[in-house]
Amino acid sequence: MNFLLPPDQWAMLFGGLRTTILLFAIAWIGAFALALILVIVRATDYRVCRWSVDAFVAYHRNVPLLVQVMFWYFAMPELLPEGIRFWLYDHNAEFCLAAIALALGSAAYQAEDIRSGLRAIPGTQFEAARALGCTYMETMRFIVVPQALRISLPPLVGRALLLFKNTSIAMAIGVAELTYRTREIENLTFNTFTIFGIATVLYLLGTFSLMAFGSWLERRATPGRKERHHA
Amino acid sequence: MLEIIQDYWLTFLIGQYPNGPLGGLAMTIIVAVLSILMSFPIAVAFAMARLSAFGWLRAASAGLVNLVRGIPLLMLIFWCYFVIPIMTGYAVSGFWTLVCALTIYEAAYLSEVIRAGMASVPKGQTEAARSLGGGYFLTMRGVILPQALFNVLPGITSQFISTIKETSLGYVIAVNELTFAANQVNNLLLTQPLQVFTILAAIYFILCFVLSRGLSRLETSIRRKRGLL
Repeated sequence: MNFLLPPDQWAMLFGGLRTTILLFAIAWIGAFALALILVIVRATDYRVCRWSVDAFVAYHRNVPLLVQVMFWYFAMPELLPEGIRFWLYDHNAEFCLAAIALALGSAAYQAEDIRSGLRAIPGTQFEAARALGCTYMETMRFIVVPQALRISLPPLVGRALLLFKNTSIAMAIGVAELTYRTREIENLTFNTFTIFGIATVLYLLGTFSLMAFGSWLERRATPGRKERHHA
Repeated sequence: MLEIIQDYWLTFLIGQYPNGPLGGLAMTIIVAVLSILMSFPIAVAFAMARLSAFGWLRAASAGLVNLVRGIPLLMLIFWCYFVIPIMTGYAVSGFWTLVCALTIYEAAYLSEVIRAGMASVPKGQTEAARSLGGGYFLTMRGVILPQALFNVLPGITSQFISTIKETSLGYVIAVNELTFAANQVNNLLLTQPLQVFTILAAIYFILCFVLSRGLSRLETSIRRKRGLL
């Protein structure tokens, strides 16, 4: 088996890997920011707000990601104003729309994870902090949110992993990411095992390094562990 | 939108069935049910292997499960697409390729769910069964698995629902399922992607939403009957 690819195919493959990583990074940042907004909106007293966040989450949990991506790619541009549409078609529309779809899908799940982390903090923590004279913001910033984030960290890491793997779905609308490039090179060379082997190893490297980063974060976020390290 | 439903509801439901291959929603459900049924015994075996007394068996099963969980499902589908024909020597249809890939993928995830259930059964149960003279398999079959599987029923049903959603990836290897049918309709109409994809999303939404609500209802009622609530 000819293991080494010609340099131009390596270049194609790494270009794909770069797109995958970029897609993941942009979608994750967007998803996390949107998830925080969703959690805050969900926590308000207005029934309309709660209801619409719940509907958003239910839609993204019950419709396949591929369909969400297709919806953004095929259907959504019709709804966008003409200016934005032309701008999109000039600026790699596939990539932008895939990133939006992936971000929205992941945000729905992340919002649920953060919300269940918040719910796990006993109300007495909040009351005790307020009784000690902390303002609302201080209570949130120093007491509630750090504990809640610690609880929701493992599921959030899991979501990030899923998002990284799900970037491969963007190939269905022609984003030239790792899976797309792999297929392309396979079509050119019929060197099936080599090229799919390399791509699989690259994906595994990505997921395993994300996992390692996640468990490092979890170790850092757990108080007491660090002291035990020194002892 | 109503017009599209009126004209193409059969395509969405069963594809070109009487005059062509079965497809659409029916195919989606068949693929999902078949894959989850096939993955279940494999998942139980892997969960048992991961909790076994032999270190090499634990390590090997953990390695395999993590390997499958570390790659995108799409990659796995392509592996099956290329490798199965080479291994078996037959041209395998897209349908069986998809079922195989989903079976492997779901077995890995389901084995984690079942392992968690088995680990949560108190150790005294195993010890009691063994001290009464039950062998390993009798203990598993008669004591541990019934409790473990019942406890992780919610996890299993949610895995089933994600399998339904994952069948949509069959579109990429041209399996005649719901997403594929919708794309066919879209290509026929050309000018109404918004309506077609709204219908598509709505079908998936209704199916998965109703199923997840219904199954969790069922669970609560079973629990209540057993006096657990």
